[in-house]
Amino acid sequence: MKRALDTLLLMLAGLAIWQVMHLAAPFALTSPAGTAARTWQMLASTTFWPHAAETAKAFGWALLLAVVGGLALGFSLGLNRTSAEVAEPILVSVYSLPKVTLYPLILLVFGLGVPAKIAFGTLHGIIPIAIFAMNAVRNVAGVHFKTARVMRLSRRQTLLTIVIPGALPEIVSGLRIGFSLTLLGVLIGEMFASQRGLGYLIMNAIGLHDVPTIMATILLLAIVAVSASALLLWLDRRLHHRVA
Amino acid sequence: MTRVGLIRLLVVGGFIVALELLCRTGAISPRVLLAPSDMAVRLIKLLASGKATADIVETLGNVAISLVLSVTGGFVIGALIHAVPRLRAAIDPFLASYYALPFFAFYPLFIVLFGLGRGAIVAIGFLFGVVAMIIATLNGFDRIPRVLLRTAAVHHMSPAATALLIKLPSAVPYLFTGIKLAIAYCFIGVIAAEFIMASSGLGYAISYAFNNFDNGTMYALMLFVIVLVTIVNALFYSYERRLLRRWGR
Repeated sequence: MKRALDTLLLMLAGLAIWQVMHLAAPFALTSPAGTAARTWQMLASTTFWPHAAETAKAFGWALLLAVVGGLALGFSLGLNRTSAEVAEPILVSVYSLPKVTLYPLILLVFGLGVPAKIAFGTLHGIIPIAIFAMNAVRNVAGVHFKTARVMRLSRRQTLLTIVIPGALPEIVSGLRIGFSLTLLGVLIGEMFASQRGLGYLIMNAIGLHDVPTIMATILLLAIVAVSASALLLWLDRRLHHRVA
Repeated sequence: MTRVGLIRLLVVGGFIVALELLCRTGAISPRVLLAPSDMAVRLIKLLASGKATADIVETLGNVAISLVLSVTGGFVIGALIHAVPRLRAAIDPFLASYYALPFFAFYPLFIVLFGLGRGAIVAIGFLFGVVAMIIATLNGFDRIPRVLLRTAAVHHMSPAATALLIKLPSAVPYLFTGIKLAIAYCFIGVIAAEFIMASSGLGYAISYAFNNFDNGTMYALMLFVIVLVTIVNALFYSYERRLLRRWGR
């Protein structure tokens, strides 16, 4: 209850700062009320939804591919000590590359359109998920694996009853970061060389210097991102708590 | 070299050789991807011609400024947030979802605030880097042994002295993680901002080459960025290793 109150206070403080910044630079920043009005207007308009659907579709596929691919990569590398040690620095340096520089390559391979956005989003999300999954599997206590051997569990049984439950909390942490980065990837993909989606809406609004639309689109994205992240954070805390 | 290091070298080397073969045999069209050796040759020529020097200097300068700002700013903000547990609990979910926001959209705002030029780009790099540093500082401060803080209290140290003499040194391994992430994020922020919005810098040069179907220059510059970031990371990684070993952690 107290936490909810604190969150509310923090949001109010954020709104107050926003309002002050608006008063300081009215042309650069729309006021909170103005942004809310523009958001409402956008949600009611028919032109907005196709863009939102496009982004949602690209993001959904990208996230699915990043999660499935990242977990598969992380598990297969993490189950073997040597492969994990070999792969970790490689994965970490790929993670820290500015992947925007690779976007032209993706456009050349996939062409303009949804597949390129999906590929770009996946590229952003897959590596953190793989790193977290790999380290989670490595950190599953050795005694659990020994128990599995003593009980003569098959590979599949070991994976389902030992590895996945043991690594679950870390995997959720990875998913949280993967979620944010996949969304960022899809949006950057839409901001460059795209004619549809929320990223395009922002770029278009920047071109027209339509500040209310920029702010309203960011507000919507922020609401979606923060709520999804809060949900995953809650799940994360619960799982870590249960294991500890 | 250790066995693991050798295998790693073989994996990376094998990947490059495979790419080279696929390109040379025509399995991958040169319109999509240049052979790695070709990229390297073009990069050397480009660097020798000096055409890219101004862009490189500009981008590195932007990254350096935003890195310094985000590391110092992130540490100070993190320390302040950590001092108020209620604020910290409330702000956590926002920090965690921060990286999903497309800050580039704030570029017009930054142009109004800082004018055209590097200010706006540096601001975006800072926004990218600072939160990684804040999160790392919070993590580090969470893991300071209680006994050290009690000692500080016993000696009546001021909050500032406690932060500098006790909290900073004992949180160092986590701060290093933060700096490492801040380096990566500053590069990502600066280059992405240049790529999408700016009219100079490495990111801009890559997108300009892409728009002009100049694959040679584009891949040369992409190779440059990849090699540069990898070297910076590797240097920092080995420095961190050495420092931690010396402190016996």
